[in-house]
Amino acid sequence: MRFLARRLGFYLLTAWAAVTLNFLIPRMMPGDPVDLLVARLKGNVDPAAIEAMKQAFGISDANLWVQYVDYLGNLFNGELGRSITFFPTEVTTIITGALPWTVGLVGVATLISYLLGTLLGVLAAWKRGSWLDGVLPVSTFMHAVPYFWVALALVFVFGVTLRWFPVSRAYGLDVVPAWDGPFVSSVLYHAALPAITIVIASMADRILGMRNVMVTTLGEDYVVMAEAKGLTSRRVMWAYAARNAILPNITSFALSLGFVVGGSVLTEIVFSYPGIGSMLLKAVENEDFPLMQGIFLVISLAVLVANFLADLAYVVLDPRTRQEA
Amino acid sequence: MNVLEIRGLSVDYLSAGGTVHAVDDVSLDLRRGEILGLAGESGSGKSTLAHAIGRLLRPPAMITAGSVVYHRKDEQVDVLKLAPKALRAFRWKELAVVFQSAMNSLNPVMAVGAQIDDVLRIHEPDMSRKARGERVVELLRRVGISADRRKSYPHELSGGMRQRAAIAIALALNPEVIVMDEPTTALDVVVQRDILHEIRTLKDEYGFAVIFITHDLSLLMEISDRIAIMYAGRVVETGTAKELHRSPRHPYTLGLLRSFPKLRGPREDLLGIPGTPPDLRDLPPGCAFHPRCQSAFDDCGRVSPRLLPGPHGEVACLLNENTGVEVQA
Repeated sequence: MRFLARRLGFYLLTAWAAVTLNFLIPRMMPGDPVDLLVARLKGNVDPAAIEAMKQAFGISDANLWVQYVDYLGNLFNGELGRSITFFPTEVTTIITGALPWTVGLVGVATLISYLLGTLLGVLAAWKRGSWLDGVLPVSTFMHAVPYFWVALALVFVFGVTLRWFPVSRAYGLDVVPAWDGPFVSSVLYHAALPAITIVIASMADRILGMRNVMVTTLGEDYVVMAEAKGLTSRRVMWAYAARNAILPNITSFALSLGFVVGGSVLTEIVFSYPGIGSMLLKAVENEDFPLMQGIFLVISLAVLVANFLADLAYVVLDPRTRQEA
Repeated sequence: MNVLEIRGLSVDYLSAGGTVHAVDDVSLDLRRGEILGLAGESGSGKSTLAHAIGRLLRPPAMITAGSVVYHRKDEQVDVLKLAPKALRAFRWKELAVVFQSAMNSLNPVMAVGAQIDDVLRIHEPDMSRKARGERVVELLRRVGISADRRKSYPHELSGGMRQRAAIAIALALNPEVIVMDEPTTALDVVVQRDILHEIRTLKDEYGFAVIFITHDLSLLMEISDRIAIMYAGRVVETGTAKELHRSPRHPYTLGLLRSFPKLRGPREDLLGIPGTPPDLRDLPPGCAFHPRCQSAFDDCGRVSPRLLPGPHGEVACLLNENTGVEVQA
């Protein structure tokens, strides 16, 4: 328990540092969103309007410390300011609208990829020397190919040429968002191809990683002993070998979970999917600082939460971490 | 009465640099209820032999010849020919193994009690959960571990306790044969002594036979009934512990005896054995030991000695075979 408390303390500290950087960086850059807006309108703006906009965006000339305290206060109330691209929508609203799509698509795909990849990796190590070794060159190839290339190839073949799957949007234009059959099936239908690209592209790493650790673990005395005990192969493979081999892979899983929120940019661009990645792209294109700031904050927090979950998983799965050091 | 008969067993390791004959035409008998010591330097093939008996070798190791016949009350089976299902039943119920380092042979993420329990669950499916729990506690108590330790994980136990736990696991199904592969090597001398004492007591109580493997010949002298000495994958001498101690006939045995300080008796110089164990891919012709042997003569580099019965035990040395010359002490 002390281990977890210590980790939690560390994460809170890291979160504070992330928040503070998130506050400082835009303020240390020259110019502000209003200047940009004014510049875009070639200066034809009423000074009173500029003042009003500054107020709306929360830009003040107060000293940095006062601004920082205000910023933290707003953050605790869940206020991240207003977006410029989608003015006057609040950043919070945009993020809460986009987040479920990203987490739903990339999160589920990451989970599937992890489970499937771990399973295949375990089997590939267990059945070394059989036909399953065939997954290795394929995995190595998939591991080397850039993700967007896989995504584009699949879109071209299954979306454009064969027309089996839609190639953009999160759901069809013919349905209205609601918790009913047609909408849900439309969402699943639209998510299928992007999810497949993510699974295919990221599974190779899992297979290779899991197989490598598993092969080492199979040489351990406790696996030989489990076999000598006359246990069934299935029990030796899972309860003894895989159960131990999975421990080093938890960290990489946590990292990929952390990047679910931030790492979806390419997928969402290729498939015009309305998630955090698309929003981030729009924010960057329009120099929408409040939105960028909000998204970065969400991404950093997601990474921290994922790491904390990994720590929790470690404590549950590895009794050695429960030892008070 | 023999419980295990190893006949002509050979194990090769296939490697890119050539085939390694780790075990070469080894024949040994294990009698019911005895402790058979198996001694030799690192790389003499003693651990490979132990793994081969339980069919625990992994590629690239391969059993190329021989048989391991196990005697039940009224039938005998060749372990090397058992079908997978029969092999699983044979394992642990009739032959259990205690590995060198209990830190590595116990599953680090499983409580020690659970590691006994899963043997019972597989081999005794009729046992109730409660009965299994009682058996776990009894086994642990029998090796000197208190009942509340059954929920402990291996890393929470001391080295000696872990080895005791490994022995408790081996006893779980009351096997006829326990192979102990250097069970005390990783322990300090005091703990080592406790464990050896424990093994003897348990053996008298349960009546299992032990194949005890170690490089420490003086330790074997104390615990074993009979001893077999291995060199470069072959058995070079067998005999009772007493005879081997009193009159070793193979120069290698003599060398091993002089590699360890005696615990009792007059002080002797530690002579050891000059040179290093041979490359198993490319054994010297004739007797594999002759380049390191101080009693070697011309024929030793040409003729391969056979393991021949003598007045007591067997020995594979030309000194014994045709000349009758005594080993020069």
